[in-house]
Amino acid sequence: MLDTRAPLLAVNDLQSWYGESHILHGVNFAVHEGEVVTLLGRNGAGKTTTLKSIMGIVGHRTGSIRFEGHETIGLQSDKIARAGIAFCPEERGIFASLTVEENLLLPPVVKPGGLSLEQIFALFPNLKERLGSSQGTKLSGGEQQMLAIGRILRTGARLLLLDEPTEGLAPVIIQQIGKTIRALKEQGFTILLVEQNFRFASTVADRYYVMEHGRVVEGFANSELDAKAGTLQEYLGV
Amino acid sequence: MFEIFGIPSQALFGQLLIGLINGSFYALLSLGLAVIFGMLNIINFAHGAQYMMGAFAAFFLLNYAGLNYWFALVLVPFMVGAFGVVIERLFLQRLYKLDHLYGLLLTFGLALIIEGVFRNNFGSSGLPYRVPPTLQGGQNLGFMFLPNYRAWVIVASLLVCISTWYVIERTRLGANLRAATENPTLVRAFGINVPRMITLTYGFGVALAAFAGVMAAPIYNVSPQMGSHLIIVVFAVVVIGGMGSILGAIVTGFGLGVIEGLTKVFFPEASNTVIFIIMAIVLLIRPAGLFGRRA
Repeated sequence: MLDTRAPLLAVNDLQSWYGESHILHGVNFAVHEGEVVTLLGRNGAGKTTTLKSIMGIVGHRTGSIRFEGHETIGLQSDKIARAGIAFCPEERGIFASLTVEENLLLPPVVKPGGLSLEQIFALFPNLKERLGSSQGTKLSGGEQQMLAIGRILRTGARLLLLDEPTEGLAPVIIQQIGKTIRALKEQGFTILLVEQNFRFASTVADRYYVMEHGRVVEGFANSELDAKAGTLQEYLGV
Repeated sequence: MFEIFGIPSQALFGQLLIGLINGSFYALLSLGLAVIFGMLNIINFAHGAQYMMGAFAAFFLLNYAGLNYWFALVLVPFMVGAFGVVIERLFLQRLYKLDHLYGLLLTFGLALIIEGVFRNNFGSSGLPYRVPPTLQGGQNLGFMFLPNYRAWVIVASLLVCISTWYVIERTRLGANLRAATENPTLVRAFGINVPRMITLTYGFGVALAAFAGVMAAPIYNVSPQMGSHLIIVVFAVVVIGGMGSILGAIVTGFGLGVIEGLTKVFFPEASNTVIFIIMAIVLLIRPAGLFGRRA
């Protein structure tokens, strides 16, 4: 699939370190506006580190990450967020000392065009019911995941980084998250997804990148999925 | 005049009042320490010195700028708070990733330096600061005499403590602070300038100490050691209440002031040590403090 537009997010020769350990060894990929792109790969391949590097929350990183044409590699994470990128971490990051409502309203609006609370509740009806709940972490795992996604939809960020949103959730909740991601795509959000659950990813993604040992080793579109099944099996061990 | 447990009411309520006054200062100071510890993970040993600076600043404003107590009450927290901001930017921000011990040593050193500078310039005998004219005199309540200024200290301190608690526990700003205490990296990745919030939090904690210092000036002498005398007890209060607990700091501050006052009536010999005895017991039974969350 060829896309000649300038990408919304362009990552070039991204290298990242946690302290002494060199995690990413030159990652290259691009995400275009309106796409859902999934990073696949085994545990430890560098998928989460890639998201965290884009968000500016790893210790040291070099290379180039351009968002809407602007270089962000030297920016602190609060500036990157204000440029319009939002992050939903793997561990969900729901705050125990905040109520459900406070958790939902925590991320500040950085750009116009975010969803209203009503629109968020339309996507996640459960959240509205649990709004009065005293502690964010008292919610079920699925509800916490909805809260973690819901709260970044308000901010007006155009690029959402979702780190394993289906991890540890029941199949019925996974379906709901899949529906949500497709709805968000229809509303014009661009989504970069990290997934171990390949079957889930194949229901939402337009394109895939496969990571191994801190590099992107393969990229293909959803339409090439069948042709690539063998290679994928080799990379992912599934 | 009547008696309770064989104690004249004047003596009992008098000590209760002194207990509440001391409790007001314990609460204000331990609140500042709790706010700072919660957000910065720094045990601010310079808190007593910053309280002393507040009292001195009020003294300077009155004697060199002709600005009375009420101006001091508003201006001094900003002045000393700004000093705190400079300290945070210059020194403390380099220590957040290190052990608590480094922050404690640094602020302890700062406290010694600040105290030394003031003692060198103003001696250690103390300077007088008069009660503002509007609050001179007192009320005869029948069972005791209540000086107006002392009543004001208790009310003002309660108001400041409750407002601080409200802002932290019930507002958007407070939610940002609580979230940043829990997970500063993620809060920053939402677009909130966490380092600036940390700096201002330290400034606010220091401002609380300075506010207490201004209020203390007319009651205690303005002297370089006034903070170091108090701070040891305040640390005991913080340990009893639970490090970093806002409500714990307020309730324990007032409560221990009253307990200390009552001990003076019923068993005066123990009045200087009762807080430390309570601290030892609390540490044995609930090491995280009465209101502390287990880490």
